[in-house]
Amino acid sequence: MTHSISPKARRPTASGRLQAWLPRLVLAPSAAVILFFVYGFMLWTFVLSLTSSRMLPSYDFVGFGQYARLMANDRWWVASTNLMIFGALFVAVCLVIGALLAILLDQKIRQEGALRTVYLYPMALSFIVTGVVWKWLLNPQLGIQAMVQGWGFESFRFDWIVDPNMAIYTLVIAAVWQASGFVMALFLAGLRGIDDSIIKAAQLDGASLPRIYWRVVMPCLRPVVFSAVMILAHIAIKSFDLVVALTGGGPGYASDLPATFMYTHAFNRAQIGLGSASAMLMLGGVLAILIPYLYSELRSRRHG
Amino acid sequence: MADAIRRQTVGARLLRGALYAVLILAALFYALPLLIMLITSIKPLSEITAGSLLSLPQNPTLAPWTKAWGEACTGMRCEGVGGYFWNSFAIVIPAVLISTAAGALNGYALTKWRFKGAEIVFALMLFGCFIPFQVVLLPMAQTLGWLGLSSSRAGLVLVHVVFGIAFTTLFFRNFYVGIPDELVSAAKLDGAGFFRIFWRILLPVSAPIIVVSIIWQFTQIWNDFLFGVAFSGHDTQPVTVALNNLVNTSTGVTEYNVNMAAAMIAALPTLVVYVLAGKYFVRGLTAGSVKG
Repeated sequence: MTHSISPKARRPTASGRLQAWLPRLVLAPSAAVILFFVYGFMLWTFVLSLTSSRMLPSYDFVGFGQYARLMANDRWWVASTNLMIFGALFVAVCLVIGALLAILLDQKIRQEGALRTVYLYPMALSFIVTGVVWKWLLNPQLGIQAMVQGWGFESFRFDWIVDPNMAIYTLVIAAVWQASGFVMALFLAGLRGIDDSIIKAAQLDGASLPRIYWRVVMPCLRPVVFSAVMILAHIAIKSFDLVVALTGGGPGYASDLPATFMYTHAFNRAQIGLGSASAMLMLGGVLAILIPYLYSELRSRRHG
Repeated sequence: MADAIRRQTVGARLLRGALYAVLILAALFYALPLLIMLITSIKPLSEITAGSLLSLPQNPTLAPWTKAWGEACTGMRCEGVGGYFWNSFAIVIPAVLISTAAGALNGYALTKWRFKGAEIVFALMLFGCFIPFQVVLLPMAQTLGWLGLSSSRAGLVLVHVVFGIAFTTLFFRNFYVGIPDELVSAAKLDGAGFFRIFWRILLPVSAPIIVVSIIWQFTQIWNDFLFGVAFSGHDTQPVTVALNNLVNTSTGVTEYNVNMAAAMIAALPTLVVYVLAGKYFVRGLTAGSVKG
């Protein structure tokens, strides 16, 4: 840009002024929509969580009474504990399987493309479809249990889906089936981005292959691990469809998660106030993992 | 590497065999549920109760598919999932097109016409990608009521557009950041305006990111259940909701073959997209996570 000031620039015409404002005008509808539907609604839900609303929203404020009720609610604790178990296992197992498959696939494998396609396709399915399929596979009378018993292992038992203590683990199995291939794709992309010369140098130093992966490659993949954990944790907190389709939150409410708790109370049990309070706590959970992530992301961008 | 392979010892060859064995076992783990779903959907019910999961159909039949499509009960009605399948398309197509167009313009305005506060606007929009949707469900239900859009397809289109814009803006912004600014500033000096530059310079190179955005939005909205179950009516349910109703409608004997056929019907569109454009699907999945 030169500094010569043309008369046109000194006194902008009407169309010139419009041009200058156009980018903002184009962005304005989306920004307004998000301001209202995201931030406005978050505030609105917070307000609802402070009221005694039941069937219909009412604005009769009861302070943090709904949160106190939530804390005293056994079903909420079951749902929260389930989320801890489900989230931790889901994230950990996906990471292990994803990293392992990516490393194995990175060994100049024949038909790598075909294998990758097979590993990843479940991610294209709806969690409802996944839930319906696994409900069928886990059905004790006709599914995997019956099949293995039919092979002659009469005492084989795999009836987790009807066992209140084990139902939560069936959610882990189905969710891992759906998402671990995606984690594999993330790791594979990360591995392909690593400079070969680092690995060659380590080989010349006489390091063994497992040692190279653990000491040299894995540290390079830290950002991938970080992103994967973020995305998986996010999927875990939002998990709603899978529970509805696979266990329905049952037996009883043994496999409830906060997302299903919120929906049941807000939409089926006429407990809008309580449902709103649980939604706010879910938001709190997301923020607790999101803020450190965004913080480190912004910092790394500034430094490099 | 080549001579290393030539000098393979027995141990190395065994290791290589084990490697393939593990990879193939993993492939079976992912592939078998889909295969079993397919096999079950073409078995008569008698073969399902008598045989096992993996036994192949003796008398394959398409009856479960036609029943799932046109006759099976989803709640009170017994019209199959066919109508809801088209509902999903009627919701998905406008929602995908609108959110992609808005995302393209937003990304362009944010990167090529940087103005004060653009970064903050983007950060605030980005946050829309991450909220748990439970936090907007109740206000949304009430707002749709006020707009006269309760239980309508238009209402669902609106919801999907609103919560899709954050993602599409992210896609296009990250893509347009990589397009050299010089192209745009040269056109600006020539007196080209905002839309002309978008149309003539940015749009012609945007094909890959448009595909990524369309595929991402298509799978997201097609697979949605939460908004569908919360905001649709009897006639306007998307296919995921109808599938769930079909599976949970108990009228005497559970017809597993019909359930599996309905699940296949609900899964097919996104599977087809994945098979045809898997590369772009993966790129959309990783767009938000891996920088580059």
